[in-house]
This record gives sequence, structure tokens and C-alpha cells, in this order.
Amino acid sequence: MPEGRIKLMQGNEACVEAAIIAGMEFFAGYPITPSTEIAELSAAKLPRIGGKFIQMEDEIGSISAVIGASLAGKKSMTATSGPGFSLKQEGIGYAIMAEVPCVIVNVQRGGPSTGMPTSPAQGDIMQARWGTHGDHSIIALYPSTVREIFDTTIRAFNLAEKYRTPVILLMDEVIGHMREKILVPNKNDIKIYNRKKPTSGPKDYRPYQVKEGDIVPQMASFGEGYRFHVTGLVHNEMGFPSNDNKVAQNLINRLINKIENNIEDIVEYEEYRLEDAEEIIVAYGVTARSAKSAIDILRDEGLKIGLFRPITIWPVAQRQLEEIAKKVNSILVVEMNMGQYALEIDRIAGKYTRVGKYGRVDGELVTPEEIVSFVREGKDCQAN
Amino acid sequence: MPSQLIEKYFRTNSLPHIWCPGCGNGIVLRAIVKAIDNIGIDQNNVCVVSGIGCSSRASGYLDFNTVHTTHGRALAFATGIKLANPNLHVIVITGDGDCAAIGGNHLIHAARRNIDITTIVFNNNIYGMTGGQYSPTTPTGDKGTTAPYGNIDANFDLCELAKAAGATYVSRSTVYGANMIIKQVEAGIKNRGFSFIETLTTCPTYYGRKNKKGDPVDLIRHLKEISVNKTEYEKLPEEKRMGKIVIGELYRGERPEYTDEYIKIIESFKGEI
Amino acid sequence: MAYFELILSGSGGQGLILAGIILAEAALHDGKNVVQTQSYGPEARGGSSRAEVIISDSLINYPKVKKCDILLSLTKQACDKYINFLKPGGILIVDESIENKLEREDIKIYSIPILHTAANKLGKAMVANIVALGSIYQITKIVSKDALENAVLKRVPAGTEELNKKALEEGIELIKKYKDGLYGRVC
Repeated sequence: MPEGRIKLMQGNEACVEAAIIAGMEFFAGYPITPSTEIAELSAAKLPRIGGKFIQMEDEIGSISAVIGASLAGKKSMTATSGPGFSLKQEGIGYAIMAEVPCVIVNVQRGGPSTGMPTSPAQGDIMQARWGTHGDHSIIALYPSTVREIFDTTIRAFNLAEKYRTPVILLMDEVIGHMREKILVPNKNDIKIYNRKKPTSGPKDYRPYQVKEGDIVPQMASFGEGYRFHVTGLVHNEMGFPSNDNKVAQNLINRLINKIENNIEDIVEYEEYRLEDAEEIIVAYGVTARSAKSAIDILRDEGLKIGLFRPITIWPVAQRQLEEIAKKVNSILVVEMNMGQYALEIDRIAGKYTRVGKYGRVDGELVTPEEIVSFVREGKDCQAN
Repeated sequence: MPSQLIEKYFRTNSLPHIWCPGCGNGIVLRAIVKAIDNIGIDQNNVCVVSGIGCSSRASGYLDFNTVHTTHGRALAFATGIKLANPNLHVIVITGDGDCAAIGGNHLIHAARRNIDITTIVFNNNIYGMTGGQYSPTTPTGDKGTTAPYGNIDANFDLCELAKAAGATYVSRSTVYGANMIIKQVEAGIKNRGFSFIETLTTCPTYYGRKNKKGDPVDLIRHLKEISVNKTEYEKLPEEKRMGKIVIGELYRGERPEYTDEYIKIIESFKGEI
Repeated sequence: MAYFELILSGSGGQGLILAGIILAEAALHDGKNVVQTQSYGPEARGGSSRAEVIISDSLINYPKVKKCDILLSLTKQACDKYINFLKPGGILIVDESIENKLEREDIKIYSIPILHTAANKLGKAMVANIVALGSIYQITKIVSKDALENAVLKRVPAGTEELNKKALEEGIELIKKYKDGLYGRVC
């Protein structure tokens, strides 16, 4: 056992530990259950490493400060829950448009509105995808264990830096608050990606031009001598507002394609007992843990069933899901909502196989037993 | 030929600006760069942050590190920038709707923290960019497209608000007196803390027309007539104070600056690592 | 022991979530897999609070307790609320101050003076959670004593180490004496 690296760690704590390893130097937040520990731990840890924490006056203020700090060159993060996530959509849209790397953690709780502050829910799947207005693509990750919170937090920063985009880390209340065994990886084994700095001098710098061989424009920080302009308006390669239709179409295409054309790099998933499976469950986060137990029980009964667990929830693992759909009798999507991801799975797999859904929204987890009995009964959809 | 000031501090390729003929915003913007020039700060160390509205378009015209943010959030973005890199001189350009309505919360909290940001409000008493709706500084009784029968809201005294919230430099000026704006912006930048400068500017297209206040020159003349310097104002008898606007340096305070205080916390851990 | 589930319940502020964390850390130290969760209402103090701990030799998927092997209840409200989580044959540890007319006859009950011992014998009501941990240990031996003691010392405030060690011992004693029939009844 590697001494000192096996720890009992809370999910929210693992998020902060990992963020710091990923290079987080700035956190702005606003208190909200059940994500508050992320702000508290950031407040305690950041000044000790020369980083900065600020509790802003509101949720929009925090995402705004995070974007500002990222423009000044610091890897930045904020954390919230449903009600705050709604408010932060304004800033998320800005970060998409202005291509500002940042990480937004949403430890979900029951909704809509104030909902159930201390109860788990997976109701923000579609809001993570389409929460901010306008056409865009998004990266959203969804861990299912405390150790995976650690890994996906680092990955969230890496993807944000690599693709110059906000990355959303969706978490379950249960896993955020849960303490679990975690083997903290060796620092030298962790890959850290930093935004690509300009290769040209200030005179030739075109802040929104993608250079050959790059995925995104090279990014200078404020104060480095590159005096560039950043705006949420449609802008040209120099960063200045433009009403040109061609400029607008090209920009939106580029912002979407930088993600959609790199799905294979961005998408991460787990396949559990899938080899010979004829029935498939799709589940993510804490619900996937229940699905695994259910699959073990059903396998013992002789049912050939397996799990596809997206870790990158957006963009969706379209190719992999299509291939699976072509081979199986049915796909059941289990989630703690009324069928949000099921919509997306049905879009992809519905033409090849039967897609069913099971969910609950009462503030309790889906248990392995209820999945087992639902599958045994062979229903396609939740009865109530 | 553009002036040397414009050559040096404006992105001439992003001009002409979008402001209407007779708009006062240009006067304020020139005063800001003149103040920066007078102090002699390296352009690379200046960051201008603006929100949404007519005045907030200014950031794009200026050759500094510039951000045109979302509506009302300039001060929140600026707070992140300043805290992340305290070496930057952060200047916020905002309007009355941007900073007193949708961004009002950020204004009072930036002032409360006394973070070293110089905020210049271009107060034209109206929402110009969206076509003349009444703002938190539209005088009671005046008209806007959303106050067709006269505004029944009381209007904010932004300087009193900033002072009460904790700003350590507060002043007011008008586009009639460009030199006063320059002096105030200089003083604001030099103040280590939150500086709030309200500059009354003119909107002939919407505010002026809607309220039948005459042409651009009439509007500026009106500003001259109603504004009184603080020292003179204090000598005026009560009955003569009515309808006057006090200009000049209104308040100075001494309080610890936010990023300095945060750095002290960081320093306290220095031996530990 | 393949899969062992505990619920530690009482009112907010009694330190039961901390007790759950300590127990989980001890189990971790013993090389077990462990998951600790909690449920609570909006109250920081008062209200009912529960910490859940699952200790297992194998991987733990579903993170919440379904049916527990041990239920600790320091208040009547918590006992009433969670009693049905207890498995047939499970063990209920209740504070002696709780008057219980339980309908269940398929469980084993230890009614012991946890709160009294902490407040009067040890002079600090706040160590009740550690006393309870001592009792849980003595009944279940679910974790090793070394691991438990280390976990307690790691989590308690500096300067209270001796007091907490004593609290742990007192909790153990409560059960030892209980077997001698000094307190309560065993169903």
C-alpha cells in the first residue's frame, strides 16, 4: 500500500485537491448547498499556494470573476448547484463565445427552483447541454466515484485549456458529500495541459485566429504585452465586434466544430460486462453504481446484460452508442430524472433498437433492486 | 489626421465609433486616455473592462487589454482580473443602467471591498442602446419610451451610493468640463482602492428628444447651468440648492485595499511551504 | 464479514457524522473498502441527523445503507425514524435515556447510558459520539482497536486526545458491564 496516498476523502474535497494539482489558482464562488465544501476548501487551500479565493456577491458575479481571472492567465473554477447553475448560464455563454477556459462544478440537487437542497437528483443533464442561449457545443463530465471526481476534475481543467472552453463537471449530491477510499495518484503520473501561448509577438497577434496545426486560437494573458480585445459579441479574428454574416457563421461553426470534430479525444466512458450483452443499461454518476449491482444480480440469473457508462456526458459518445445499439435487443436508460439523457440515447439508438427509460425524482437514489425488478418485468418505461 | 493621443491610445482601425452625433461619450473617453497619458502608465498594464450599453462599447476602441463583458458584470469581471493580477491598473467603463440597475449589486460590493478599480460611469440618464428606456438615474417626472407618462421612480444619487458602500474616492463631473474629468480620473487611478467617478453625459438622440431638451449644445449648456462645485454648493442657501447637481471631488476615505489584504494572507503562509 | 452496514443517528450537533468518518477511516486503515454518507435536514443543530457507513471486503457500488446490521440512536426521534432500517437479527444501540416500546422482537437491543457517561463521568457531553464508537467496537469488532484509536486521535481537536481515549474506553466498558447484566435488558 503506497504510504499516505490511500485516503478517505469526500467527493467535494477530491474535487478541490485535484483542481489544485491541475493548476487552479483562482476560485470565485457563492455559498450553496450541496457544493459549499468546494468553496470552503478552496478558501482554505488557495492562499497557501499563492492562489486566490473570493466569495462574490452572487452566482453571476462568481462566474464573471472566474472568466476575468482566466483572461488574466489563471486557471479558474467555480462551483454551484442547480439554482446557481441557472444563474451562471450567462457567464457560461460568454466563456463559450470568448473562448475563455474555466471549470464550472454543478453538484446537483432536486429541482426545479430551490427544490430539495440536500437531496440528490440528476436533473441538470439538459441544462448542462443547452442551459445558455444560442447555438453552441459544450463539454460536460460526470464522475461516479470519489476517485473519479479526482480524475475528471483534472481532466476538466485539461479539456478547458486544450479547447479554450468552459467545462462543466456534473456531480451527484451523494458523491459530492460521500467519503470513499481513494488512492491519490502520484503527481508525476498526472498529465497537465496548459493553454497554448502565442508563438508570435504582440504586433502579429490575431487573438481569434487559429494557426495551422492548432485546434483553437493561441491565448495571451492580460498584462503580457498583447493588448487584445475580448467580447461576447460576434467577433472577427482580431476580436472586434462584427455584424458580417459570414464572420458570424464561421465563428459559430468553429466554436461548435472544435468540440464536435474532436469527440474521440473528449469522450470517455466505461463498459461493464458488455462483451456478450444482449440488453444494455445506460447510466451515469451514482445511478451507474446501482446499475452495476443490478447487472451482477441479473447476470447471476442468466440474463446477458451490461452497462454503458458515459463519463463524458456531453458531447455524447455517438459512435460507440450506435455500434452497441446495432448489436443489442434493448437499451434501458436509468437516471434520477424523468428521462433527459434517455431522449439523447433514443435519438442515437432508437433507429436500431428498443430504448426504454427508468427514473425517479423523489430525492432518493435509484436502488439496484428496483432496476432488477424493472428489468425482470421487461417494461420499456417507468409506469408512473 | 487623428491627434497624437488618439494615435497612441485608440485602435484607429476599430473607429469610427457607434455613438450618435452630439453624444457626450467621446468627451469622457478622451478625458480618460488623457488622464492615463498624464500619469504615464504603460499601456500593457492597463485593463479596461466595460459592460453593455452605449458607453460600454468604449473598451473596443481603446488600445489596452480590454474586455467587453455581459450586461452589468463589468465590475465582477474586473474583480477577477484585478485579484488574479494586482499589477494591472483596472478601469471600468460603465453606464447608468449597466452599473446602477442590472449591475447594482456588483457596484456596492466592489465598493465595499475597496478593491483597486477605477470606475467611470457615463451617466446619460437613459438606456440609449436599446432605444430610450428610463434608467435608475432618469430624473423623476422625465420621460422615456417605457415611461411615456413620466417616470414615477425616484432616481439614484450614485455618488452617495458609492460612498455609503465604501468607495474611497468619489467624484462627479460633467462633459461640459472635460478638464475636471481628466483630473478626477487621474485622482481615481492614483487612489489605491475603489474609485467611483460619475460623469454626466448627454444623449441628444433619446433623452434629449424624448424630454424636449433641445439640441446637443443645449443639453451640454443645461449641464453647465445645473452643476455647482462642492465648495460653492456648501455656501448656497437651502432654497438655491434645489435642482442643482454637485460636482467635484465629493469624498475621500482611507481603508485597506482588498488585493493588498489578500496578499497579506498569502504572505502569512510563506514560511510554511 | 463480507458487507456490513451501520447507521449512526441522533440529533444534529451530536457529532455522529464525525463518528461515521472516524469509523470509516478505521476500516480503511484495516484495509477494507468503505463508504460513508450522511443525510440531514436544513437544521445545523437539532433535527435528526444520520451518518451511514458501509464496510466491505469487496467493492461497494450502491453507496447508501439499505438494511443495517447496526443502528445507533441517541434520540428517540432518530430511533423511531430509523428502526425499520435494522435487519432482522440486527443490533440496536440506544441511549438509556430513551424510553422505548419497540414493537420489533427480531433484534438485539443494547440500552446503555452513552449521553450520561459522556456528560457526567467524563464531564464533556460532546464526547458522546466517541463513547458510542467504543460501544460499537466492543459489540461488533468491525474494526481493529488500534485502527479505531488512531482514527479517533487523528480527528479530534488537539489537547483532547486523552479525554477521547478515555471516552473510547468508557464506551467499551459499557458493553462489558452490560454483559454482566448491569444495565437494561436484552431481547
